[in-house]
Order: sequence, then C-alpha cells, then structure tokens
Amino acid sequence: MLPENLRSFEVAAALDGFDPECISTGKYDRAELTLEIEPAKIVPVCRFLKEQFAFVRLSTVTGVDRYPSEPRFEVVYHLHSLDRNERLRLKCRVGTRSGEAEIDSVTEVWQGAGWYEREVFDLFGVRFRNHPDLRRIMMPEDWNGHPLRKDYPTMGAR
Amino acid sequence: MNDETTNAGPAPAPSPGEASTRPRQMTLNMGPQHPSTHGVLRLELQLDGETIVGCRPDIGYLHTGIEKQCEALTYHQAVTLTDRVDYLAPLSNNLCYCLAVEKLLGLEIPPRAQWMRVLLVELTRLNSHLVWLGTHAIDIGAMSVFLYCFREREEILRIFEMFSGQRMMTSYIRVGGLALDAPRGWRQRVKRFIDVFPSRVDEYESLLTNNPIWIARTKGVGSLPVEDMLDLGVTGPMLRAAGVKWDIRKSEPYSSYDQFDFEVPTRTGNDVYSRYLVRVEEMRQSARIIQQALEGMPEGPYRADAPHVVLPDREKMKTQMESLIYHFKIVTEGFRVPEGEVYQAIESPRGEVGYYIVSDGTAKPYRAHIRGPSFGNLQAVPKMVEGTLIADVIASLGSMDFVLGDTDR
Repeated sequence: MLPENLRSFEVAAALDGFDPECISTGKYDRAELTLEIEPAKIVPVCRFLKEQFAFVRLSTVTGVDRYPSEPRFEVVYHLHSLDRNERLRLKCRVGTRSGEAEIDSVTEVWQGAGWYEREVFDLFGVRFRNHPDLRRIMMPEDWNGHPLRKDYPTMGAR
Repeated sequence: MNDETTNAGPAPAPSPGEASTRPRQMTLNMGPQHPSTHGVLRLELQLDGETIVGCRPDIGYLHTGIEKQCEALTYHQAVTLTDRVDYLAPLSNNLCYCLAVEKLLGLEIPPRAQWMRVLLVELTRLNSHLVWLGTHAIDIGAMSVFLYCFREREEILRIFEMFSGQRMMTSYIRVGGLALDAPRGWRQRVKRFIDVFPSRVDEYESLLTNNPIWIARTKGVGSLPVEDMLDLGVTGPMLRAAGVKWDIRKSEPYSSYDQFDFEVPTRTGNDVYSRYLVRVEEMRQSARIIQQALEGMPEGPYRADAPHVVLPDREKMKTQMESLIYHFKIVTEGFRVPEGEVYQAIESPRGEVGYYIVSDGTAKPYRAHIRGPSFGNLQAVPKMVEGTLIADVIASLGSMDFVLGDTDR
C-alpha cells in the first residue's frame, strides 16, 4: 500500500495506478523518495518507470544485508531521469535468514544492470533470475562466501 | 591457432589473389599487465585478423573491499578510505562521502568551507584530466604531451601538499568542513598557477588539436549510440561528447556550485576526438571556476559549528575541559549519525560518483556503497570495440578515462 503522504508525488501515484499491489510501502526522507516494491513485480515496475517516466538511467544497484532479520537482503535500485531531473530509489526485500535469495534481473530493462547485479550476486549472494551472465565479478571465481554479508568477518578466519 | 593440416577434409586451395574466407579466430588476452589498460584490467579479445569480434572485460584485480572496511570504521575514519577509491581524484571522493554523511546529519556547512571545497575539487579535475591527457596521448604515440601535462600536474600536487600535507591521499575534506584552514600563502600559490594555466592548455592544444596523426587516430573511433550509453550507465565527459548536456554541478548543484559561472562543454561527434575536445574545454572551465573562487573566497569559519561532529581547535582542546571531552569522544567512539539512508551524487572528473550510505544510528556506517563512474563506463567497452580494429581499442579505452581503483573498489 502506498502511504497517503506519498500520494502527492507524481511517480508514486502513477505507479500505484499502474499496479496497486506493487508498492508495499515507501518513505520520503531527507528529500529522497524511496519506494518498496514487491520483489515479484520489480521488472514490470522498472519497465513502466523507464517508459512512462523517462527513468532512462539506472545509476546503481546494490544490496544491504539486514541479518538476522527476515527477509534478509534489500536489493536497492537507484533510478535517474535526465528529462525530469529526478532520482528515485526502489527497494526489494528478499531472502531467508540462511542466505538463500532470488529476484528477477532487470537487465531486460537496462543493459547496464548487468554488472551491478553481478556485483550484488558476488558480494551478497543474491541470485538474479534471467541474468544473461551471472558470474562473480570482483572476487576470484573459486571464492567461497560472499564478503559483504554481515556474518562474513572483516578479518580473521571465515 | 589451428594449423591448416589439422582440419578435416582437404582444404580448397585458394586461387591466386583470393584470400581464404575460412574464419580463423584467435583469443588474445590484453592485460592485466598492459600499459594502455592503466592499471589492472584484463580484456579477453576474440580476434578475426585485426578485427575484434568479441570482447569480455575482466575486472576485480584491484578489489580491496573498501565498502566492507567502511563498515568497520567510524564515519570520521572512513574518510581516509575514500581517497583510495579513485586515486586520481581523491578530493572528489572525499567531498561526495562528506556530503552524504552531512546530509544524514543535517549539517550546514559554512560558505568558506564550501567555496574552498569547490576550489579543491576543480583543481582535482585539472589534475585528473592532465593525467588522462598525458597517458592517452602517450598510448596513441604522442610522447611529448605527457611531459607537458605532468609539469602542471606536479604543481597541482604541490598545492595539495601545501593544503593537506599529502600529495595524493589528501583526506582534506572532512565531515563538517575541512581538516585545516587554508595554509598561509595559498592564495598567491594558486593564483600563480591558475594565471598561467590557460596558456598551458593552449600549448597542449597546439600539439594535438590540429595534428593530422592525432585526428586520424581519434576521429570517428569508439563511437556508441547515445541510447546505449545511457542504458549502460555511461556518465561524464563521454556522455557530453555524445551531445547530452548533463552535468551534476548544474542539474543538482552541491557545495554552492550554483554561485559559480561556468559552461558545460558538449560535442556531438561521439568519438574519441570529441571526448578529447570536451575534456580540454572542461579544463578551461575549471580554471574559470578556480579564478572565481579565488576572487570571491568568503571569510569565516572553515568548518561547521557542531562540536559533537567536528574536532575542536587544538588550542581549545588544551585549555577547555568540554572541548577535550568532545575530542576524546569523537576520536575514540566517533559521532553518532541518525538512522536513515541517503544517496549523494557529484560530478567527478570521470562522471557520476555516488555514495549510498545507510546508517543504523551508530557511529559506523551500516552500509556504504560507492557508485564509481569508471565501473559504469567500463561496462560499455564490449559494445564500443566490437567490430573495430585492435589498434583502436587503445584509443577507445584511453578515451574512457577509467581508474581501476574506482572500478573495483
């Protein structure tokens, strides 16, 4: 459900009209708009935003590990529209406490998502369905574990 | 490569004057130790003769886990890591990180600190563009440009040393302002440099802009449709050389950039030559900004009046109990940052640098993600070089101006 105070934002209202189920919550904090999206709806939502609201750029995709709460991971998308000079943050919560996590890839909307999703896969272990080339990108191919997880120590034995 | 005789069946003998049309592909590893990859980038190239039919970039050789380390350091300590992200533009990264943390804290920065920051990041832009121009030219074969560029770069590094005590890893911009006030004599030093700098740019241009070899090597090389660039996350001068007039300094002004008068240079050539022209013009514009900053530098404090965040003056620390306590607390346990998340983007010499910082209310970042412009730009390499000649890869790579510390973090 879109919070009532966000209805004044054109993007949020239009997205709510596009699919009333896709927004689970949202906030407007420090002049930045964040919308939490149902993980299953991420691809149509992104396509809608790119086509209808000119969010032609995907600035970055990253993850946040909320261990030990569940769903464990946040996959965070930073969208940017040059025409509207506007930024928007989308967030999907996925994953079990043990670290199993899957979400659809948005590479079919922006090709540039490719490397960013590989990075999230490499460092957090979130799998992206339908990704054309889901390999590790930073760590060696035979590496064990995902370094940016909170249960992965900064130093010492793993 | 396969020998002719190992193929099954008799190969039809090519008639005289007609080359065999049988595809003969070869894999070539360019890098990770290759001078034109400016660091440790490996390109896996599929070659058909001199033509590139496939390209697969391999990055990560310089991955040092900076984002993970940020989680283990306090907000104050983490400034030092941001220097090491993009080691050719340390102050731009200092600035972006500090702006993000200040946004979380809701901190107002005094005008003098903001202007001083602008002055320093514009010097950083000159520094970075000079390294780019020198190395890019040397890659293509114009050896002498490098020496001219490094002459000016050396003076910029000395200015940095004068300000911060460090040539490269400056950590001079801190949360809440600057580490120290500008040193005595800084104005004359910067002025002496910036007064002659435009004539130095003319010098570089006289070596390259109308040079027939330079033009032959760069014009029409390395183009990529604008839609693909936007889609792939390309930012900065590469995008502006394709006609997109987008500069974060203008579109989302930060650190009082809206008070400066400067142009955003664009070209429509969308090739290596246009990127060269855009960056050269950017150097002139940066020089203009620095002149304005010199003339209008406001007086006043160089850091915010926020004792719980900003380290106290040395003198106060030694004479006042309260300052001593604040100093002790900031140094030992750091300052707490209210819960929340921000994304701050600035225009670095390479494009959009973004810091996404998540705070859980403690003194250490819960998560710090760095969106490096080189990462996005490098993603466009395969599309840009496929179908071109191997010698053009060098020119195309050079025109991207990537830094691998920024890519791999």
